[in-house]
Amino acid sequence: MAFCEYKNVRIAGVAAGVPRTIASNLTLSAERGEISADYTPEQFVELTGVKERRYSDVLTTSDLGFAAALRLLADLGWEKSDVEAIIFVSQTADYALPATACILQDRLGLSKECFAMDIVLGCSGWVYGLSVAAAMASSGQFKKILLVAGDAKRRAPQKFDPLFGCAATATAVEYAERSDGFRFHVGTDGSGYDAIIIPDSGSRNQVKPESFEMHDWEGRPYHNMMTHMKGMDVFSFGITTAPKTIKKLAEHYAFDYLSYDYYLFHQANMKMNNMIVKKLKLDPAKVPSEMYNFGNTSSASIPLLMVTQIRDQINGQNKKFLCCGFGVGLSWGTVVFEQAIKVSPLVEVDDSDVNYGYKLPEGDLSNV
Amino acid sequence: MEINEFIDNLAAQFDETSADQLKPETEFRKLDEWSSLIALSIIAMADEEYGVTLKGDDIKGATTVQDLFDVVNAKKA
Repeated sequence: MAFCEYKNVRIAGVAAGVPRTIASNLTLSAERGEISADYTPEQFVELTGVKERRYSDVLTTSDLGFAAALRLLADLGWEKSDVEAIIFVSQTADYALPATACILQDRLGLSKECFAMDIVLGCSGWVYGLSVAAAMASSGQFKKILLVAGDAKRRAPQKFDPLFGCAATATAVEYAERSDGFRFHVGTDGSGYDAIIIPDSGSRNQVKPESFEMHDWEGRPYHNMMTHMKGMDVFSFGITTAPKTIKKLAEHYAFDYLSYDYYLFHQANMKMNNMIVKKLKLDPAKVPSEMYNFGNTSSASIPLLMVTQIRDQINGQNKKFLCCGFGVGLSWGTVVFEQAIKVSPLVEVDDSDVNYGYKLPEGDLSNV
Repeated sequence: MEINEFIDNLAAQFDETSADQLKPETEFRKLDEWSSLIALSIIAMADEEYGVTLKGDDIKGATTVQDLFDVVNAKKA
């Protein structure tokens, strides 16, 4: 049973960065292959709840995460030299290698005495990343940790999927004596590895010219560098797994899951999330949604809710949170905590703020 | 589990198709109103009403209303 509890640790603050550019889903076209011919744009918006999303074909996840982290450090008054670890949770790394966390360590000006690593998870990623950061900080051996989580520009050009938006978040995790900390339940079912998958560009199926050939996928033209989702399987996974992990956590630690102030769920699609709320008999007023304006932002979705939907209600105030992420892997996690979190205002990033500092050197690389 | 009750639950997922129009032999994909949206609603209905987790292949492998009923019934047992 994958339960864990970490005390003496808390979230000091959260921030989020998104591209300034807004892409509307009301102009989607089946002829252009942007949605299935099964839907009108209005029906797509109704089903998924995604009317618009933030998009950039220039800014990477680390560009957005960099902007969010800078804002968070400034708002918290954290010295860069005090940050002892940076964890980057994403499926859209800057490079195949090195780890993007290493790039952010330098770009943010953090000390070289810094633990840095990437975690490759999506919808469950923020909960997983938080569990790692909490484990590291709860003993006091790491005092201040930055957790950067999100997804943005993909590794190959594609017609951007209208369900997904670009965003990256920064979460400041710190050692805090006498804090009640966090309780987690996490789980994995790798038998569903192909329910959400980019088939090519890993070492199993290396990139080749055919990787970019278009084929039909659930009524839309796709190439093998795009995210293939078995919609029905993911839907049934979400509506069964999310309620189960929440109930398991509540049962294991003997608490009433209905007693929380806010339920922050991964923003998968509106139909799925409404079903989860109904099954758990939650008060919808306590379950904020951002899908209408930001779409599914992968591992950024949960902290992005704090920044864009409930900032005024929670900023600096003690509140009880239940957060649940579920999706690609298949992977899921739930965390509960009662804390006063400082929430920075949303950071909107211009395309001109792209980081060109880590371009590949030109010319012969054979001696590099 | 009765097929008539299942048909009532199935019809509730459609806007313009009534239970009278759904027979065990009805090929549901041929209904004018059929779409992948309704497939998701059927998955939700099976979960809610019968505690059954349907996967995409369960829906794709069914042709008639009877087939759907059979797969839900088999998973319920």
